[in-house]
Parts: sequence; C-alpha cells; structure tokens
Amino acid sequence: MSAANADRPSARESGGDGVRGRSHRAGRSDAIVDTGPTTALSTSKRDGAAQRLGPPLALLAIILGIWFAISYGVMNPNRRRVALPPPQTVLDKGFLTWKGTGKQGLKPILTALLVTGRVALLGLLITTILGILIAIVMNRGKWAERALMPYIVIIYTTPILALTPLLKIWLGAGINARIMTCVLIAIFPVIINTLFGLQSTERAHHELFTLHQASKSTRLFKLELPGALPSIFTGLRIAAGGCVIGAVVGDYFFTQGAIGIGRLINNYQKDNRIPEMFAATLVSSIFGILIFLAFGALSNRVLRTWHESARAEI
Amino acid sequence: MTFPDGTHALDDVSFGVSRGEFVTVVGPSGCGKSTLLRIASGLTPQTTGICSIDRESIGYVFQDATLLPWRTVQRNVELLGELHKMPETELKNKAAQAIDLVGLTGHQAKYPKQLSGGMKMRCSLARSLVMKPSVFLFDEPFGALDEISRERLNDELLSLFRHENFAGLFITHSIAEAVFLSTRVLVMSARPGRIIDDIPIPFAYPRVGDLRYEAAFAEICGRISHGLKEAHS
Repeated sequence: MSAANADRPSARESGGDGVRGRSHRAGRSDAIVDTGPTTALSTSKRDGAAQRLGPPLALLAIILGIWFAISYGVMNPNRRRVALPPPQTVLDKGFLTWKGTGKQGLKPILTALLVTGRVALLGLLITTILGILIAIVMNRGKWAERALMPYIVIIYTTPILALTPLLKIWLGAGINARIMTCVLIAIFPVIINTLFGLQSTERAHHELFTLHQASKSTRLFKLELPGALPSIFTGLRIAAGGCVIGAVVGDYFFTQGAIGIGRLINNYQKDNRIPEMFAATLVSSIFGILIFLAFGALSNRVLRTWHESARAEI
Repeated sequence: MTFPDGTHALDDVSFGVSRGEFVTVVGPSGCGKSTLLRIASGLTPQTTGICSIDRESIGYVFQDATLLPWRTVQRNVELLGELHKMPETELKNKAAQAIDLVGLTGHQAKYPKQLSGGMKMRCSLARSLVMKPSVFLFDEPFGALDEISRERLNDELLSLFRHENFAGLFITHSIAEAVFLSTRVLVMSARPGRIIDDIPIPFAYPRVGDLRYEAAFAEICGRISHGLKEAHS
C-alpha cells in the first residue's frame, strides 16, 4: 500500500491477488493505490517459472481432456481407431514402445526426426548466411534495394508447391531439394529483418563514423551489424520455425534418400498406423517448439547486456 | 549557407578560434548554430565562403552522447582509436587516461543503459579525448541534462580545457553556460544567422562556480540577453 510499491514491476503481474486486495479495501477509501502483496518481489523468480509454465500446461491438460472426451464420447470404436485414437494409445504405441514389430515405436520416429532435423538445421544455416549477405547488399544503396526487392517478394509469395517440379529437375528428389525448400520458405524474414536493422542505424552514429573517415566495411562491422543484431535475431526466430516446416514439407515431396518425419507421417497414414502417425506429428511439433525456444534463448543471451528486448519472456 | 530547399541558414558569419580559445555561439533555436558547427566539422559542406580547420584532429561532441549501446564504457572510449587504427597498447593507455580525466574510473565495464545522462556525456567526452583533438566542437552537449549535472559538467569541461589546451567551439542556448565557459561569446540573430555581437569574457581561469553570482557576470549575461531580444524584434 505504500507509494514505493507502485513502481515494482512484478506487482502488476501478480494479477489475482492485486484485484482481490483492491476490492475489499475499496470500502475504506477510493484513493488507495493497491499494488498487491509486498512479497511479490522476493518470490518473483519462483512465480516467474510458475507463471510461464502454468498457462501452457493448463491448456495442455484441457486439450488432452477434450481429446479424451471426443475419442470416447463421440466416436464408436471403429471410428476411434482410424480418426482419433485416445491419448494413452498414442503414448503407448508412439512413445513408450521403443521398437515394435515392423515400423512401430519411438525409434523410427526419432530416426526420421534426425534426418529432418539435419535438413532443417542445414537449411537454417544457409538461410542465415545467405539472408544476411543479401540484406547487406541491399543496404549498399537504394538502387540495390530496388533491384532485389521484387524478386525477394516473389520468392516469399510463390507457393512452394509451384516450385517443387523445378526443384526436382534441378536438384533431384533428395536431401538437396529438401534443404532448398527450407531456404525458400525461411529466407524472407531474415532478409527483411536484417535490412530493417541495418537501416535503423542512428544518423548521429553514422556521422560519428563519417567524422573519423571510417571505411564502408568498418561501418558495417563496427556499427551497422551489431546494431542490427536484435532485428537479425527476430528474423532468425521466424526463420527457424520456417525451416522446420520446410524440412517436413520437403520430406513429402522429395522422397529419395533417408526417410524424414514428413514422409514417415505419410507412410503411417497409408499403413493405417494412426496412433504412430499422431505420435510422429507431435514429435515434429515439439521439435519446432524446441528450435524456436533455443533461438529465443540464444537471442536473450547475446543481447541481454544492452538491448531492451532481452528482458522480454521468450 | 543556403540549403537545397531554399532555407537561408547563415549569412556573413566570419570568425576564427585558436588553441587556448574557447568560443561559444549563443542564439535562438533555429538560427543556424548547429549548421555552423556542421560546416566546421565538414559534415555539411558550405554553399559559399571558406572554412579552414584541421579536420584530422577534430573532437565532436553531439547533442546526445551517441554511445554504441552494445559496447561497454571502456570499449566506447576506445572506439575512435580503433577507427584510426591506433596501436593496442597506446589505445589502452589513452583510454585509461581519458576515463580517469572525466571521472569514470570504476565504471569501465558498464553498458550505456546503466549510466545516467551525465555519465553518458562524460563517456562521450572521454571518447573524443582519446584522440587528443586540437579542435573541440560541442553541439549543445549538455542541453538535455538537469541544472546540477550541467553545472558540474561545465566545471569539468573547463578543467579539461585548461588541461588539454584545445581550441573550443561550443554551441548553446544557455547564456549563463556560454559566459561561464568561454573566452569569447558570439551572439547570433534568428535566421538567416548573423553574428550580431562579439563579446570577450574577461574572467581569469580557473573559474569557480560562484562566478555565476557576481555582478560583472550578470552584466555580461544581461548584455547578451538584450542583444538576443533586439535581434528578435
């Protein structure tokens, strides 16, 4: 209730308590600024973890409940088997079995994930390097930006489906075409965000470098690129998700070589192994989330000393 | 000085500053003071006239500190030396001296976002000091600071001036700041900027804060203030 509490950032987040506190003190005075319990600061770290993991876990429980209810309540046993096997069946066949007869169990899923993961990470590496290089070229002058921008938009807006025949002809129907799919899907946000970051360099900073006769490359490496890092990381986080999508989609279209998770999902569906299909789909989603979180953490780690965004939750 | 859009910013401005001189230009907002400084530094080329200055050895202090937020105080102070490819050990020595001169010793590992406005300005000064400039240009560097920090930085700037003996050209719209710092004050009219008064400031250095409350100080301030008002009417 003291004025000093008013600027505690965590007090605002302690939602429930604050509101309750205000309502039963309202009788005494209208002018009291209530910011919730004073212990909010000391326990904020523990609250932070609970607040961060609580909501998504609660939602997970609700989703599992609905899944369970539909599977048993709405469907008859036949339909249940092919359309929506209950959660425990998926868990049993997809995750708790290591290697059953034939292609069941977690092992084939993880093997396929490894293939897809390698494609996604290689794709991301190429996307990052190529995307940043293209943005640097575009930042060289308005003419370069004007020349390249239409083609970059074309890459972004052309559905990957329309390009698959061409990719097959040029790169074959194997790993290379899958990697290229990742690059085509993910490079746009890297280019656009990097360019935005490079162009956001403060004028006074540029003038400081001009006053001291800095060369273009000095300007790039000591001023523009470090300043663009927050934007580059924003682009990379989007691109990381894009590369996972690209790798899974690539599995579908380019079926030569090692089996990726996209193709495995397809095979399970054809073989009518629905619980395994569900498990493989879930694993590819979890992989996407992990990559996204990893880039968020990397961004925070690199930027935390100086950039405001690093304090935000990932 | 006329800009491409037709703005006539400066007209018939002529003066010189030598080492050991500290010249301040005061004038109303938009009178072309900053343009004058940008011409002196070479950031903006003049449309007519001559500007002769040792461009190899300019220290330029911007309106805000313009520190690079991803560099620590230490690395910010080293920046200009890096740009000029100063040898590593020499740079470290000079940076340490400069940091000491502006009173930031002990804060080397901090990032700009951890510094107060006054400390940022000190860091910015230290960054220029590393190059031992013979000419120091100041573009309203303390305008955004509170009065107390401003007066302290004025004192410190004066001791730097005495220590380094550079030629100083300072832009401000604070009359008291101008008189306190300078050996000479130039008063500018509104656009197009002209020099309407040129006042030598007689007070001996080192100057102490109480000088601001002396009658002779107030008299000069009054003269500048009247000059500015007449130019406006």
